[in-house]
Amino acid sequence: MDSAAAAAVAEAHRRDWGFVLAATARITGDLDAAEDCVQDAYAQALTAWPANGVPANPAAWLTVVARRRAINLIRRNDTLSRKLPLLVLDDTLPGPGDGTDTAVTPIPDDRLRLIFTCCHPALAAEARVALTLRLLCGLTTGEVASAFLVSETTMAARITRAKKKIAAARIPYQVPPASELPDRLAAVLDVVHLVFTTGHTAPGGQALQRRDLAERALDLARMLRQLLPDDPAVAGLLALILLTDARRHTRTATDGRLLLLAEQDRTHWDRAEINEGLDLIRAALERRPPTRYALMAAIAAVHAAAPRWEATDWQQISDLYDTLIQVWPSPVVALNRAIAIGEARGPQAGLAALDELATEPQLASYHYLPAARAEFLRRLDRTDEARLAYHEARLLADNPVEREFLARRLSELDA
Amino acid sequence: MAGYMVFIWDDEAAWENAGPSTVAANQAEHEDFIARNAASLRGGNRLHPSGTATSIRRTADGGVAVSDGAFAETKEVIGGYYLIDAADLDEAMRIAVQVPAPFGGVEVRPIWTTS
Repeated sequence: MDSAAAAAVAEAHRRDWGFVLAATARITGDLDAAEDCVQDAYAQALTAWPANGVPANPAAWLTVVARRRAINLIRRNDTLSRKLPLLVLDDTLPGPGDGTDTAVTPIPDDRLRLIFTCCHPALAAEARVALTLRLLCGLTTGEVASAFLVSETTMAARITRAKKKIAAARIPYQVPPASELPDRLAAVLDVVHLVFTTGHTAPGGQALQRRDLAERALDLARMLRQLLPDDPAVAGLLALILLTDARRHTRTATDGRLLLLAEQDRTHWDRAEINEGLDLIRAALERRPPTRYALMAAIAAVHAAAPRWEATDWQQISDLYDTLIQVWPSPVVALNRAIAIGEARGPQAGLAALDELATEPQLASYHYLPAARAEFLRRLDRTDEARLAYHEARLLADNPVEREFLARRLSELDA
Repeated sequence: MAGYMVFIWDDEAAWENAGPSTVAANQAEHEDFIARNAASLRGGNRLHPSGTATSIRRTADGGVAVSDGAFAETKEVIGGYYLIDAADLDEAMRIAVQVPAPFGGVEVRPIWTTS
């Protein structure tokens, strides 16, 4: 096979799957049928592109092929009764089976409708992530299952059940009205953020990161920015992902061990991603009060602006956490705020702030709490207490790279 | 004369495994029941499975918490109902969220249509 054409199909799979599927779902009125048609279009591309050359607009080519197949299927199945009702489409745009000639009319970009349907609050949170990765990003059920450490059978059942609910409960294939947009968009951004954090620090497996997931999250955030260019919440999430992802090459040493922010080689941070993130911060902070992700991005920006760890403006970070905890009062934010206080005002102040969180049930099994205590105790030369805290953190950590890091800290303490 | 809402509580897992003859027999029994009680019946419908349910609660801070699925806590029982017409789930939820349910919430279930 022509390797350039094969690479073009792979690239189009990653870049255009969501676009092609969203446009095809409008014809089929049925997500399963749309997936089959899109799969078929990519299969056809694998033979057509090496023979005829890669089309100038791969997304349009794939959409035309997928929609043509959808129209043929509908004509063939017209008289068959359906097991489920169709997707709820509005009347203003071409609907199922209207046979619109996609070769001459521009293809509407329906990816926003698709992601709002996938992330509808009436769907279970884990189903929203699964549907988004599958329908917008084109991941297989097996790939989605492995990202969230469940069996493929479990994930397949979860996806099937969610699709049935979309059809039976009539979750509309629509961008919500302006009055509902902020809440509904927040649900979408949470899904994209969860995909990113799952990729940034993988809950299982041997590696610290799952780059595939982190990159999908970045793609989704860029897509949302392109489709909702004036939304500060979207700008905030994209900025946060860019500024965090910019550190990806420096988070582990060549031997795979974890490097703290303090130890990372900042010359290898991705300057292009940092600059893109910094450009978005202003837009992100426009809304009052600023969104959670905008504030998290602003904190990441302070780190990005420091040429060395020692030059970090911890007072500014501590102030930003004070605002963040008003907007998003979560135990994890409280923990990070305590760490910032410790860096800004000394380990004793940090320890005092951490000790306020000791009885927080949501942090009871969160390894970053004892790890942060251990760090401040170590700086205060309270070695025995630090050792106990590192032990506790190591028992609670899931990721092997993080566990190894904590074991190393322990042995340094004894040295 | 008083009105009564009769909710049919049944084992969904058993129905998923039931063969077509069981389904057909049940259908016939319902038709028989309807024929025998026609004078008393105001209406009735089959609902889609509880997997298609959406539960909505008011939160302490005045917001709305939407969750996938039926109410599960046993202290909550069905205390009344409204039958509504809506174009899609979003419109149904806009109406449902206005239903007073100070000690619980509401569950939105799509009605099975045979068209």
